[in-house]
Amino acid sequence: MRGHHDMGGEPAGPVERTEHDYAPWEKRVDALLVLLSDRERNLIRTDELRKNIEAIGPDAYDKMSYYERWITSVTANLLQRGAITADELGRKLAEVEQREKDGLL
Amino acid sequence: MCTHHHHDHDHDHDHVHPTRPELDGPLTYHQRLEIAVRELLIEKGIVTADEVRRAIEAMDARTPAQGARIVAHAWADPAYKKKLIEEPREAVLELGVDPGVTKLVVVENTDKIHNLVVCTLCSCYPRSILGLPPDWYKSRAYRSRAVREPRKVMSEFGLEIPDDVGVRVHDSTADMRCLVLPKRPKGTEGWSEEKLASIVTRDTMIGVAEARIP
Repeated sequence: MRGHHDMGGEPAGPVERTEHDYAPWEKRVDALLVLLSDRERNLIRTDELRKNIEAIGPDAYDKMSYYERWITSVTANLLQRGAITADELGRKLAEVEQREKDGLL
Repeated sequence: MCTHHHHDHDHDHDHVHPTRPELDGPLTYHQRLEIAVRELLIEKGIVTADEVRRAIEAMDARTPAQGARIVAHAWADPAYKKKLIEEPREAVLELGVDPGVTKLVVVENTDKIHNLVVCTLCSCYPRSILGLPPDWYKSRAYRSRAVREPRKVMSEFGLEIPDDVGVRVHDSTADMRCLVLPKRPKGTEGWSEEKLASIVTRDTMIGVAEARIP
């Protein structure tokens, strides 16, 4: 079956020539990927980044922005590789949320 | 417009001013996720905050100006042009530009052939040379249609390719990135490389535009 990401040749509307300056958080996602994929760390390869992006369901894929897909994929890969655990991530996310509530972010 | 709010009442500066220049509202889930993952990686010693900062600086330094310099040199020096097409990695390195880890392919526009680059599956792009891709390059519309109706897509960018010029569309992959070597416009004879580089835009190196004398 053709994957949702595999859109070459499909009908689509006009190309909207949008551009934006990347937000700091987007640049940090990019930087994380660059670092994690270098030879020394080797914690994600381009095909793994793609595999995990392609595993995002069609609805979510269309709703997410580009770097939202990337951080989703990078996170999935770190979990798959065992570099971080779901527990650690859950705890850290709760902590980040709390810091935001406390105005510390 | 800068809307700096001036307080003219007595104001104790002992509370925390959140500094979040990138955000107007609360963090999105994915922004929280980025923070959480980055902090975990730093705590585990997998990356350092300094490495993240330096990677961002390196990314900001990669701009289409690098590609323009390569194209201008190829226009000015036929031997270099030959090398750029035959051994792109070496040729790019020769000018001090990082060719990236993937295979690099340079395709030349001529009077007979116009080349257009897309990545239908995702967003593969010669980032090490041109920097980050524009939003439209990653859009569903461009990815879907560039391979089926490239002439129509290019005309939406204001580029009309005559019928007697063939169009080749190159679908990049995770392992292979394409850079278009645009045609040198007539009337640029005797120009310095610097002046030549000034008319080589990002879009000419993707293939949705031609280099023109302004």
